[in-house]
Amino acid sequence: MSASPDFSRNFTDPRALKSFILSTITVGCAILACIPLFSVLAMLILRGGRRFSLELFTSLPPTAFDSGGGFGNAIVGTVVMVGIASLIAVPFGIIGAIYLAEFGPHTRIATVARFCAKTMTGIPSILAGVFAYSVVVMVTGTYSAVAGGIALSLLMLPTVMLTAEEAIQMVPAIMREAAVGMGCTPTQAMWKVVLPKAMPGIITGVMLAIARAAGETAPLLFTALFSDYWMFQGGAGDLMEPTASLAVLIYNFSGMPFENQIQLAWAASLVLVLMVFTLNILSRLIGQRKK
Amino acid sequence: MAARKTDQAQPGSTSACRPPTTLDTLVDRTFRGLTLCFAWLTLLLIIYIFWRIGGTAIPAMHKFGISFLTSTDWDPGQGRFGILPEIWGTLYSSLLALFGGGIFGVAIAVFLTQDFLPHNVTVVLKSIIELLAAIPSVVYGLWGIFVLIPLIRPLADWLHLHLGWLPFFSTSLSGPGLFPAALVLSIMILPTVAAISQDALAAIPAKIREAAFGMGATRWESILRVFLPTASGGIFGALVLGFGRALGETMALAMLVGNSNQLTLSLFSPANTLAALLALNFPEASDYEVRVLMYAAVVLLVITFLVNVAGQLIITATLRTGGSK
Amino acid sequence: MSTPQSAATTDEVVIDCRVNKIFYGNFLAVRDSHVPILKNKITGFIGPSGCGKSTVLKSINRMNDLVRSFRFEGEIRFEGQDLYAKNVDPVTVRRYIGMVFQQPNPFSMSIYENVAFGLRLARYKGDYDARVEEALKGAALWDEVKDKLKNNGMSLSGGQQQRLCIARAIATRPPVILMDEPASALDPIATRQIEELMVELKKDYTVAIVTHNMQQALRVADKTAFFAVDISRGGRTGYLVEMGDTRELFENPREALTREYLSGEFS
Repeated sequence: MSASPDFSRNFTDPRALKSFILSTITVGCAILACIPLFSVLAMLILRGGRRFSLELFTSLPPTAFDSGGGFGNAIVGTVVMVGIASLIAVPFGIIGAIYLAEFGPHTRIATVARFCAKTMTGIPSILAGVFAYSVVVMVTGTYSAVAGGIALSLLMLPTVMLTAEEAIQMVPAIMREAAVGMGCTPTQAMWKVVLPKAMPGIITGVMLAIARAAGETAPLLFTALFSDYWMFQGGAGDLMEPTASLAVLIYNFSGMPFENQIQLAWAASLVLVLMVFTLNILSRLIGQRKK
Repeated sequence: MAARKTDQAQPGSTSACRPPTTLDTLVDRTFRGLTLCFAWLTLLLIIYIFWRIGGTAIPAMHKFGISFLTSTDWDPGQGRFGILPEIWGTLYSSLLALFGGGIFGVAIAVFLTQDFLPHNVTVVLKSIIELLAAIPSVVYGLWGIFVLIPLIRPLADWLHLHLGWLPFFSTSLSGPGLFPAALVLSIMILPTVAAISQDALAAIPAKIREAAFGMGATRWESILRVFLPTASGGIFGALVLGFGRALGETMALAMLVGNSNQLTLSLFSPANTLAALLALNFPEASDYEVRVLMYAAVVLLVITFLVNVAGQLIITATLRTGGSK
Repeated sequence: MSTPQSAATTDEVVIDCRVNKIFYGNFLAVRDSHVPILKNKITGFIGPSGCGKSTVLKSINRMNDLVRSFRFEGEIRFEGQDLYAKNVDPVTVRRYIGMVFQQPNPFSMSIYENVAFGLRLARYKGDYDARVEEALKGAALWDEVKDKLKNNGMSLSGGQQQRLCIARAIATRPPVILMDEPASALDPIATRQIEELMVELKKDYTVAIVTHNMQQALRVADKTAFFAVDISRGGRTGYLVEMGDTRELFENPREALTREYLSGEFS
């Protein structure tokens, strides 16, 4: 006769002990990983928040020994360049995605294009800048907002395309059947039924891409360069002039030995992170609403 | 087909069936053709990027040949260029980042997928990790300069003082250097590794989980012996893609690595990477130097492209075999 | 609505469906089935699952063209024209042969716009309000929705959604309507309403319906086609066993297989 097994928990058992230790390590890792985020946020609020005022948005960057100043032109520049990038990447990405998801999902070119887009997500952002430099700056002979926008569009394109493809694929087949069964041409079915249904997902992707592009620095360093002046003083021709951006301003000021500039770098970081987080959270809300 | 009348031709009840108009058909053809064009354009764009960057670099490639990759000088004044320290710095910093970001990323993926926490807490933690990825790299650079470097300097000094005989700690940290750069880099690739590893762990079929627990394995025995091996392909792909991201990351390194042309094992000495080299030298480069930098860009492009393709293929392959099980 | 004398008595074939072979890739799904569909009659398709009855129905308005590996051999003549001839545009075919699906699938737009959808596609130039009202009355839905035409079609109950889909299909008055198990996702009361509606519809339309419910076929169909699965050659190929007047087929089937199926010996 064997004794009946003991089912009660035993914490001195080596197996339980090992589990406990490993769990503790994992919890530790997770907590540690959150620290940088909170540290960054705390610094932004403490150091950036101190300088937060209306002047930041209405003034130009100060020169070396000036006090005060702001980065209004850099905000305009960032918005303009992200706008140019969106004008290129959003239509390109969505129309391409329609082919990948709907009109030719199993064709060879779709497989290749999908692979290209996935590969493009991994291309270093600085190389987008190098490309735009050789295609735009070397040809036009000047740093410009257009060159910066083109560089950013390369980074947005794969995100827009791949999320839009996924969003279109998620549209239930019965919706598609209903449209086709009514005698829609494939294009009509797309525009009248599938795209409206996929729109929240597509917008989510676009906003994530915009959030990413707004924070990019490397591709702008030598395509848009920087400018200490307001855009559009000389009309739309300013699109072909060097242009300021928040990200490049942070980079430039971070290396300066002046407290005023460093404070402005923190304040600009706060503004940039607020912009990026707002876009992220909005896209998340839109993404949730579709479910 | 012609519109036809039904027998009951009362007002309002005749058939309104019409074939699509010529315009509708034309629009359909054009639009479908357009989408096909854009699919092709994606491929052509990649080819054009390679062709353009490569084409601009060809003069420098002819001039310097392979010695560009093996020489350690960078002296525009004397026209001597070599990027061996940058290649080394790129690989070294990325490997260090992969080590840190990889361990943390996989640990977090396990933590988030294996029901350690109530559902709401998991969602919050997931969002935090995703926000970590959303912070622009230039902000991490700023944070690194003013928060991280002062913070780790005492630790670095201690390590140098007591373990200075190890090549890793052979110099003291005087400010920017490999260690803070790699640390920030690991924070930046952590979300990538965590997200893709989570997908791989979440894709484990429920029956495998049930089998593991049904055998009486503890949670950690199941994770270590069954779940991680099952998801290993996807996790490996996540690490490769994280490595690819680290290789190409620019700003945090340009701001933190110290931009010094030297080959070193020491974690605390300044170094340089390919991306940082491009970022720092491009804005003020002469026409001639630009072409040399293009050569460096080609090297970076080839390295990251190969790593990314490898990661993509691994993930695709494991997802396929995972799906057929 | 008028009940034309002629339609009730003549046996005019609207769609003459002759399937030789239907393939999905290398898989032979259906073979040798000839189903004539008569004007102003309800033709029921019954048979065990996997017998190809839905495949044949969906071939009639070329819905199967959506399936990548689909291949059709044979001919389906609609008033003499072969719908599978090279120069035929499947989009046009679907405008003349409406379809109601197994799952109610209204569009995510207002009830009104759902019904007007086909009219807008056809660039109809008449009175939309009258057409929409007529179609909703035809689908026995008007009284329930006349005060909320602006509401989203998805907000209706399952049975109402399915009647909305029927209204959507009949708004342009297509000569033929195909229904693929239209009541299978509905509760018994909604099913009853749909069945009554079908009998109502045949005064004005020609209807073909797939159902897995024999009683439903018996209640609504004038003609019934019985399909079965042939597993003799290793595959699972559906084919037409016999077709005839519904009552005749149920009471006095010609084939032994039909009798076994109707008596519930397999399903």
